[in-house]
Amino acid sequence: MRALLDRYRADAEAGRLAFQSCRACGANQAFLRPFCQACGSEDIDWRHAAGGGTVAAHSVLHRAPTPDYRAKVPYAIALVDLDEGVRVMTHADLDLSVGQRVALSFAPHESAEGTLHLPRVSAAE
Amino acid sequence: MTTAWIAGVGDTSFGRHEGVDTLDLMSAATRAALDDAGMTRADVDGVLTGYSTAMPHLMLASLFAEHFGLDPSYCHSMQMGGGTGCGLVMLAKLLVESGQCDTVLVAAGENRLTSTGGRDSVIQTLAQVGHATQEVPFGATIPGYYGLLASAYMAAYGITEEDLAELAVLMRTHAALHPGSHLTDPITVADVMASRPIATPLKLLDCCPISDGGVAVIVTADKTRSKGVRLAGAGQAHQHQHISAAPSLSQFGGGPAAARAFAQAGLTPKDVEVAGVYDSFTITAAILLEEIGLAERGEAAARARAGDFGPKGVLPLNTHGGLLSFGHSGVAGGMAHFVEVVRQMLGKADARQMPARPEIGFVHGDGGILSSHVSLLLTQS
Ligand SMILES: [Zn+2]
Repeated sequence: MRALLDRYRADAEAGRLAFQSCRACGANQAFLRPFCQACGSEDIDWRHAAGGGTVAAHSVLHRAPTPDYRAKVPYAIALVDLDEGVRVMTHADLDLSVGQRVALSFAPHESAEGTLHLPRVSAAE
Repeated sequence: MTTAWIAGVGDTSFGRHEGVDTLDLMSAATRAALDDAGMTRADVDGVLTGYSTAMPHLMLASLFAEHFGLDPSYCHSMQMGGGTGCGLVMLAKLLVESGQCDTVLVAAGENRLTSTGGRDSVIQTLAQVGHATQEVPFGATIPGYYGLLASAYMAAYGITEEDLAELAVLMRTHAALHPGSHLTDPITVADVMASRPIATPLKLLDCCPISDGGVAVIVTADKTRSKGVRLAGAGQAHQHQHISAAPSLSQFGGGPAAARAFAQAGLTPKDVEVAGVYDSFTITAAILLEEIGLAERGEAAARARAGDFGPKGVLPLNTHGGLLSFGHSGVAGGMAHFVEVVRQMLGKADARQMPARPEIGFVHGDGGILSSHVSLLLTQS
């Protein structure tokens, strides 16, 4: 799992949102595993999101769990349905609504475990 | 097959209990449940506990059995988040029905509010129920996860924030009639709307408090030692753990869990006369009521507004005040709904008592982010 996460984070640092796709059954998955959750196959391909998606859920947080986020309130999180058919959690602009079309980008976040490059969505042009 | 009967229930008040710990609260609730059952500790041959965030012990059930002076032939802990309380009662039912145990004690308690580190420590611990690499790093919190699913559910069914506020007002009204409640100051829909934002669309008064408290239940095979209320059905569902991985944002598992319990008991949602439904947030109760079939989709708030869920309504709901106002003390919080339904069925709900003792009671608990579901059905003999 560590190697999978390293690969995912290297892509994120390069501005690409990676997800896994099963060569055997075609299922996509956002949570990393060394196998396909749908069929169990270990024949797993990696793909990258093109950058378009739709907001499935959105919340603006006014209370943070950790010091790194206490400095950022209010900040928003979202569940985004990528056009490739994968749902992922992202950071989000504050004023988005469910069903809205969005565009993906990455922004660095200084966390206790170092710099993380996290996906973020904004209203599509 | 042997039938599982309720022999006794016990609890402490919920709120602030300075200077007591998990074992103190579990002991107090157990003592009350044994007294209620007219039993002694020697009558107990099975001991089930949940977990305590304030006392994260590897063997809480063994620890408690030793502490309280019990000598069980069957004993262990369970972890299903907020579904644990109902899950423990379901397991007690299975143990009694199978003949493995004669009398099972289910005990829960936690000084979640006054524990070392306090609320901030609890909030940080609870947030870890999110995905370690693809949710937690975004600064998500438990209210944040529920804010997400609330936004999706409200958009799908045309529910407003004022609608959700009705459920907070309802629970506070009920809690005012229970001497053990954590929060009793009356509130209005306007108060809920004016309370400070936590994780939109949820505001402070849409969220349950963090409480100290303990609850215990005794389940027995011996009908002569019961009060005539039995566990007639139980069911579970576990479709996801993380909200990002939920297969649906309107079918979370409460429906299938309840359907299994109703099928086992040979009953339907229309038969329910009193209900205890998990209400960690206003949206939690709304979704569960509607998914289980105790209200039509999008109608839970309107039903609350119409008085249907009051002690004299057609379906009294969380007459103790629920997690939202009676309080939330971890596993015990989810068991308090069960205790209240039992008390209504036994005619022991004092100022909250329904005009006629209900024949059929329903209880539902959920853990995580509407992740683990347990439904229970109680009937009079
Ligand atoms: Zn596959």
